[in-house]
Amino acid sequence: MSATSTAGTPGTPDPGATRRPSVGLDDPRLKDRSTSRTYAALALIVALLAVLPLLLDEQTEAVAIRTLIFAILAVGWNLMSGYGGMFSFGHAAFFGIGAYTDAYLLVEHGVSPWISMLVGATISAAAGTLIAFLCLRYRLAGAYFALATFAFAQVFLLAVQNLDFLRRTEGFNVPLLLEDSWSMMQFEQGSPIYFWIPLAVLALGLFGTVAFVNSRAGQYVQAVRDDEVAAASLGIRVMRYRLVTVALSCAFTSLAGAFYTQYYFFVGPEQAFGSGVSVNAIVPAVIGGIGTVFGPLVGALVVGPLSEWIAQILRDPPESLAFLQGVTGLDVAIYAALLVLIVLFMPKGIYGTLRDRFRS
Amino acid sequence: MTLLHVESLTKTFAGLTAVRDVDVDVTDGEFLGIVGPNGAGKTTLFSLLAGQLEPTRGRVVFDGQDITGWGPAKVASVGLVRTFQLMRPFESMSVLDNVAIAAHGRHRSRKAARRAALEVIDRVQLDRYVHSPSGSLPTAGLKRLELARALALEPRLLLLDEVLAGLVPAERAPMIELLREIHADGMTVMFVEHIMAAVMALSERLLVMAEGAELALGDPHEVITDPRVVEAYLGEDYA
Repeated sequence: MSATSTAGTPGTPDPGATRRPSVGLDDPRLKDRSTSRTYAALALIVALLAVLPLLLDEQTEAVAIRTLIFAILAVGWNLMSGYGGMFSFGHAAFFGIGAYTDAYLLVEHGVSPWISMLVGATISAAAGTLIAFLCLRYRLAGAYFALATFAFAQVFLLAVQNLDFLRRTEGFNVPLLLEDSWSMMQFEQGSPIYFWIPLAVLALGLFGTVAFVNSRAGQYVQAVRDDEVAAASLGIRVMRYRLVTVALSCAFTSLAGAFYTQYYFFVGPEQAFGSGVSVNAIVPAVIGGIGTVFGPLVGALVVGPLSEWIAQILRDPPESLAFLQGVTGLDVAIYAALLVLIVLFMPKGIYGTLRDRFRS
Repeated sequence: MTLLHVESLTKTFAGLTAVRDVDVDVTDGEFLGIVGPNGAGKTTLFSLLAGQLEPTRGRVVFDGQDITGWGPAKVASVGLVRTFQLMRPFESMSVLDNVAIAAHGRHRSRKAARRAALEVIDRVQLDRYVHSPSGSLPTAGLKRLELARALALEPRLLLLDEVLAGLVPAERAPMIELLREIHADGMTVMFVEHIMAAVMALSERLLVMAEGAELALGDPHEVITDPRVVEAYLGEDYA
């Protein structure tokens, strides 16, 4: 049974030319005050933090730097998992690629860490895109996606432990220079520059997050996170925008790895690719609030000092806790307890929950 | 001019034929109503046209181009856009951003997309809710949001899947009026709906489906008195 239109009257060829109301470019509803406020708040926070190393003693500065590394990891993770809705349990892979690219190129070829950072970021973006493509291609979502990313990170760990040119389980030591060198990213111990470098990276990540989530690609990927079917039906190429987000997230995360190697002068397989690193990316973001700009920062400000406090207790426990001497894994146990509490009482994280309460 | 040409379109799910040998042509500017009992295959037909499902057999030609088996994003990008019966808002976003997502298809910059989105929002009279979270809209608002997002893509052919379902009678009349305006402005529409008053008020031709197949196609008033159509709806005793 075939039929063509017989009764249909063709409409006017020029749709909506007369009837459509027009919205001016200066329509007040187009003003985006919340984004400009976010930029201003970030600028203020970064400026205040920049003064910090001038006020802190060497030991406290070390804690602050560790907190910044947590924050960078969480900001990177949040792009893919918070805004992109693809829960990664394998961000150690990209932190590790950053750390090892830096170490390998520096130790074996004398390459400047600044260049290695870019090389590592590129490799991470490529590796992350490939991993995510495979997971998404086979329609893995939620817990299955997370497990697959975990498995890939473990593969990297095992590979490094078995590759001669990456020195197997020995790891790399960064050769000490006799004087400060910008090009080799090496400074006197306790120098404020060791704080300012990760702060600059973090600032890049935070401003970049705001710019990204307000861009077309960022809007698309959030739409895909909310409803993949609806997004595709509106013409959004789901895979492309997810992979763009993954690439940005992985590239950024690897910067933390490169800095880690430079700051601690050593990197081994566990420090770079261990599952603890993946946890370190997730925990601050979840505690602070995933899918928010400030959440990862707030979370890192909790987790950074907390991790230092736990390390101190383990190193030198008070009488009543003497049995803890030398115990490992307490940090993970405490993070787990904290996560349970957060999920139960503040499912949107500290920042996300407070923001919602403040708004209503 | 024929905008959409559908030929022996068939979809089989594990032995069940949801859509069977549907042939239909839609002319540029036409308003085609589609009715049929529950399970007649109306929504499946939309999913086949818009690319959410791949046909088992048959051909879909849109604007002279064979789009059979294309994915949803590609189909939408050439101007064939659908709405969903069960509304699917992007819940974390405001009404404005929901519509701007669609407008981004034609406008790269955020500002231009939001401006185009505002024009559509004004047009479907959602202007009270511009900055509201989309999840907080009442049903009537969500239906209009579905429509607004589709319109923001500036489609050539609009597939509307029960945009009146769930509306109370007082909300239906303005929606019908809005659809009439959209059509009068030149939009080609395929309109799946159970509310017969709306179907009869708007449709220039009517397609009746039953058990996946085309039962009748033609002038709405002639089609609904067709004994086969009456039988499909009410059982053979009434035919």
